[in-house]
Amino acid sequence: MSIRNDASLTARREFLTGVRDQLPLLLGVIPFGLIFGALALSAGIRPLAAHGFSLFVFAGSAQFIAAGLIGEMASAVVVVATIFLVNLRHALYSASLAPFLAHLPRAWKLALAWLLTDEAFAMASTRYRRGNLQNAHWYTLGTGLTLWAAWQVSTVVGIALGTSLPPSLSLDFALPLTFLALVVPTLVSRPALAAALVAGILALLLRSFPFRLGLLIAAIVGVGIGLWAESVARTRGRSRDG
Amino acid sequence: MAEATVWLIILGGMVVTYLTRLSFILLVPPERVTRVFHRGLKYIPPAVLTAILLPELVIRNGALDFSFSNHRLVAGLVAALVAWRLRNTWLTIAAGMVALWLLMSL
Repeated sequence: MSIRNDASLTARREFLTGVRDQLPLLLGVIPFGLIFGALALSAGIRPLAAHGFSLFVFAGSAQFIAAGLIGEMASAVVVVATIFLVNLRHALYSASLAPFLAHLPRAWKLALAWLLTDEAFAMASTRYRRGNLQNAHWYTLGTGLTLWAAWQVSTVVGIALGTSLPPSLSLDFALPLTFLALVVPTLVSRPALAAALVAGILALLLRSFPFRLGLLIAAIVGVGIGLWAESVARTRGRSRDG
Repeated sequence: MAEATVWLIILGGMVVTYLTRLSFILLVPPERVTRVFHRGLKYIPPAVLTAILLPELVIRNGALDFSFSNHRLVAGLVAALVAWRLRNTWLTIAAGMVALWLLMSL
């Protein structure tokens, strides 16, 4: 067997391992996609556009919030700005994976960036810590594509089922619960806790602002407080050292 | 909302989302950004997610409700405990949903 074939075999194995590792996470993703489909319809979004979100934006939590805001008739600018803020965490993932993808051709970078979600990032960063990285981008592709396919299919089914999901199940509560699951592991330091607390309290205080602008202000002030708390902690640490 | 506006939101949402994902992979060399930006990035998830989450739990019928009769708040606290102890997305969602269903059936 030629060296070239050996290399492609390893690539296939990496890809399939990526697919397999992503499967347990689909337990959370599939119900989430079902609910999104139903929620988008109940927010007055037409079926085609509802799936358009999954196809083109491809970002679960941002899609939920966008559907909610559209249901509340928020302005388009506020919805897009909110999607941007909610998805800014992807820049962190991007920065974190960039060194491992730097050697790849542009098409690979474009594709892997498109598939960069919370779950795919979680799996990929674990893979990159394991070393032997020659074909690791195939792993990242496998894990990303699996999540992508599950999201597309579950959204379509959710749109098809639509309002036949009974509201008494309160499935919409899965959204704040997902944020809870995502936010708790980020509260690893006092500055992060301060950022979260201040943003949360401000969001409550400013909730009557139009178009949910209070959410944006709360988030920006929260990030500022986190940075401030971090620099205070650093100054204290330095004066203690000195 | 008009169908065209929704598609405009989808287009805008696609552009801003893809740009954040592409940012350091393709667009900005990591060494080019200021340190403050780098440091600030890590506070975005806790700040944004909490700002979205907290009102969902404590606002009932347009007012603050910190009482035990606010089922979503109690179920949210149960889920937070599970998230904190087990660090598992699926179990957090499941625990919160089951807690809410139990509270509603009481």
